[in-house]
Amino acid sequence: MSSTGVSLSARQIVSKIIVYAILGIGSIVILLPLQWMISTSLKPLSHVFRFPPEFFPQQVIWQNYPDALNQLPFDLYFRNTLVIVILCLVGEVLVSSVVAYAFSRLRWRGRNTLFIVVLATMMLPRQVTLIPEFLIFRELGMIDTFGPLILPSFFGNPFYIFLLRQYFLTHSRELDQAAVIDGCSRFGVFWRITLPMSKPVLAAVAIFSFQFHWNDFFRPLIFLFSADNYTLALGLRFFQGTYGTEWNSLMAVSLVVMLPLIVVFFFTQKYFIQGVVFTGYK
Amino acid sequence: MLNFLQISRFRVSYQRGEVVLAWAMVSPWLAGFLLLTAFPMVASLVISFFEWNLLSPPEFVGLAHYHKLFFSDPLPMHSLRITVIFSLASIPLNIVFGLAIAMLLNTNIRGLAVFRTIYYLPAILSGVAVAILWQWIFSSDFGLLNTALRIFGIEGPAWLGSKVWVLPAFVIMRLWSVGGGMVIYLAGLQAIPTDLYEAAEIDGANWWQRIFRITLPMLSPTIFFQLITGVIFSMQIFTETFIMTDGGPANASLFYLLYLYRQAFQNFKMGYASALAWVFFVAVLLLTLILFATARFWVYYEAESAEDN
Repeated sequence: MSSTGVSLSARQIVSKIIVYAILGIGSIVILLPLQWMISTSLKPLSHVFRFPPEFFPQQVIWQNYPDALNQLPFDLYFRNTLVIVILCLVGEVLVSSVVAYAFSRLRWRGRNTLFIVVLATMMLPRQVTLIPEFLIFRELGMIDTFGPLILPSFFGNPFYIFLLRQYFLTHSRELDQAAVIDGCSRFGVFWRITLPMSKPVLAAVAIFSFQFHWNDFFRPLIFLFSADNYTLALGLRFFQGTYGTEWNSLMAVSLVVMLPLIVVFFFTQKYFIQGVVFTGYK
Repeated sequence: MLNFLQISRFRVSYQRGEVVLAWAMVSPWLAGFLLLTAFPMVASLVISFFEWNLLSPPEFVGLAHYHKLFFSDPLPMHSLRITVIFSLASIPLNIVFGLAIAMLLNTNIRGLAVFRTIYYLPAILSGVAVAILWQWIFSSDFGLLNTALRIFGIEGPAWLGSKVWVLPAFVIMRLWSVGGGMVIYLAGLQAIPTDLYEAAEIDGANWWQRIFRITLPMLSPTIFFQLITGVIFSMQIFTETFIMTDGGPANASLFYLLYLYRQAFQNFKMGYASALAWVFFVAVLLLTLILFATARFWVYYEAESAEDN
């Protein structure tokens, strides 16, 4: 009896150690590319092409960062990106939650049919409609402006509508009705009860929106042409085209472009993961 | 998941004020749908029957673009094929690794939050910066991957310069963001009632039986959802190939959207590109429908009570 007890716990300890070992090695593999990025960004160019490559820089050149960032007007690209990202975020959060409210808390004929349309568009690759969309914005004289990047956000985003609707559905209807009886308007219920009760999912949608538009390359590539309008993604692409093999500079700039996202992630991780879980699982 | 398809069917009386407000509230989405989705879908189909370079008036060519696309231009079907091959390799690997990590994390270990943060971090990063990073990692002489392989005495290939290894390189890169699916599986695992496992243990089920009879069936709706979104996401690969290889070497990484982009926005062949877009739409739709058709054989849904809202 005692011997099986001992061997069992010994086996458990061994399996625990194996689990930690696998997860630890996995973590190193996951973090190594970022370490490699930081290390390369701090090396002098001659050391970047030294064989065999160094995992840690023998000589640390902080000056790589200002040198690389001053090659192009990255502050301008940063401002452009921020304008687009913030306006898209405001539009998507605001409009998607208004639409989601109608799809979850209000009763009207056609609601279910239209919601199936929302789901269908969620699965539609956006590139299918891209060419006519380009032609529409061309007719409107909006090519090479932020218009085509920002305006669509103010029509709501099907994915966020879906996400918010699912969340709003979990609220009890009695609360809405009580508020209406107390003289609150339907829209007042949405604004003063539903939205304040939905802060976690609103935060998740805001973060997703920020993340998507910060990383987005395809649409800026198609709609923006003049260098003054470049976003960080386009600026980075241009930088790569010009300084293609200066890997220390490229890594420095790429890291700076990633950094705001990493910072936002660390501060809002809870909502981020909650939101992801809510999309994929609920 | 998928409980959104179970829509309540009981009769309600509609209140006029509520109905008016509802239509007002959905109107932005409806306008966007009509203007930026429905109309462009139809317009795209119409344009695909015309030759149009934006400078001279469009000229009707009937089905010529579709004929060219399937029979005389070898690149569309080549690019569709490699895009599908990439997806078929990338999606299952991401699911298997995502599940495996989630299962390891779900064994009552300490530091769960730390591990989860580490594994999830790359999933938030994408776009040009990540593509440039991986281009450097795949560098044959000075890159991280081949440097790491040399530690084990393996001389790695010139990943992005090799017709054979360029697709595996993209698959490896996408595997870096395996954490995106992992957090979803982890939440799914944590939601499986423990009494199921206790009952199985009493019945003498071993580890494998518990995985295949409880864990995987209970997770199957989540896996199914990841599969569908994975197809739509993988098929749209663009930025990485645009930045890292520009479709090379010898078109070995010419993914479908890169070819579409070139036709539309570099050659300004709006008609031909619209035909390409429609074929892409049908291809993605078919893949999704095939997956939906298989769902009833392997996706397990618990009986759920209909929501009444």
